[in-house]
Amino acid sequence: MFKILKYSFYDLMRSRWSYVYFLFYLLLGLMLLFLNNALSNAVITMMNVIIVLVPLIGTIFGVMYYYSSREFTELLLAQPIKRSSIFLGQYFGVASSLAMSLVIGLGIPFVFYGIFNSSAIWDFSLLLVTGVFLTFIFTALAFVIALFNENKIKGFGYAILLWLFMAVIYDAIFLISLLYFQEYPLDKFSLVATLFNPIDLSRVLILLKLDISALLGYTGAVFQKFFGTNFGLVIASIALLFWVIIPTFFIWRIAKKKDF
Amino acid sequence: MIEVKDLYKKFGKNEVLKGIDLTIDRGGIFSILGPNGSGKTTLIKCVLGMVLQDSGQIFINGESLKNHFKYRNEIDYLPQIANFPGNLKVKELVAMLKDLRNTKTTKDEELIALFNLEPFLNKKLVNLSGGTKQKVNLVLTFMFDSPLIILDEPTNGLDPISHLRLKNLIKAEKEKGKTILITSHILSFVEEVSDEIVFLLEGKIYFKGSINELKTKTAQPDFEHAIASILSSSYV
Repeated sequence: MFKILKYSFYDLMRSRWSYVYFLFYLLLGLMLLFLNNALSNAVITMMNVIIVLVPLIGTIFGVMYYYSSREFTELLLAQPIKRSSIFLGQYFGVASSLAMSLVIGLGIPFVFYGIFNSSAIWDFSLLLVTGVFLTFIFTALAFVIALFNENKIKGFGYAILLWLFMAVIYDAIFLISLLYFQEYPLDKFSLVATLFNPIDLSRVLILLKLDISALLGYTGAVFQKFFGTNFGLVIASIALLFWVIIPTFFIWRIAKKKDF
Repeated sequence: MIEVKDLYKKFGKNEVLKGIDLTIDRGGIFSILGPNGSGKTTLIKCVLGMVLQDSGQIFINGESLKNHFKYRNEIDYLPQIANFPGNLKVKELVAMLKDLRNTKTTKDEELIALFNLEPFLNKKLVNLSGGTKQKVNLVLTFMFDSPLIILDEPTNGLDPISHLRLKNLIKAEKEKGKTILITSHILSFVEEVSDEIVFLLEGKIYFKGSINELKTKTAQPDFEHAIASILSSSYV
């Protein structure tokens, strides 16, 4: 598996898109720091961008990589390599190269700005960790979708829909249901509903860490009580981890049964 | 060497293989023929484990293929369409495959010289012409010294000189006692190199034997007419 990972990783590292992605984060980081003048404010703005954009890029890159490396995959399938190693290797290759662009691209401007001497270091690290998680989650979901669909256009369509659902529609449904059932106690429901969307989960996690949960009102208090504690943090991390493990398991399973 | 028992495969509603029974002994050149869509490539891909059969069994050297992958160390496969990751250079692709197979002793340099590929070694694969890609494909296939070689349409896009060299290469490999499986539509090529042919028709084996036996069976004077007579009787 590690050989495949290595080759997928190198293949991506020399493609133009990783540089574009890297430069984009570099510019974003620099711009936000200049505009905000304060590290903690920049971190909040950054969160809003990361939470929407990282899943989108992960989804698109995952689907695109799968379809464009089909020939490579077929070449590998005829070699004495386990099927699961081929697909898991490719997945980890894509996801880790994306994660690297993100971490380095955002890291450089913040390091130069003096993040290591600032109290915002933990917030910033949490931001990067959730960004990496989101990359792995959405790349895995994209691979699952691509493995299911032979047709590229369909695969792309479903992948974008998935992103749209997680980033926008889920919240809308969530909000509407909160309004609709406002007479009932909703704290448990909203806690659970948050766990079922990695984007929401990451957002809540960062907001709570930034100690601005007061902005969230009553629910914020409930969330603070749950996610703000170490126990909540552990639960949230485990939930994010499951969001990586479950799609990865599906990649493994579908790849095992697929014809090429 | 290869034993296929009662192999069935369908893609959706399209039944491609309908009960293939085939035994291929060690040593010799076997050609798999058949009209378009008769299941040649599917059969080969089943042997390679790229397509998973619905039912039936395949054995290579007496071992069932199920849940195995190491047996592919014994196989060199030339895919039908030569498509490679475009970002790589020819040299890097060769090195990568060697690394993936964990072998250092290969004949790549010899083969690169044979097909005049030196000028292309530092070019990216995406910039190569179809015929050159096919030559690279051939180098990648023949550079490992495996006892079983599977060639899917090996003559695709080759110029006459390379075609000739390929024929000599195949014959030389046969002399070493290897088993070579070929699918091709070029009948003159098949007639020249094969020891035995397997004719697939609508997912079943219609005929297996030498070219002379086929001529006798169809009562035709030459190989081309023999094949044509099978095809025309099936098209009616």
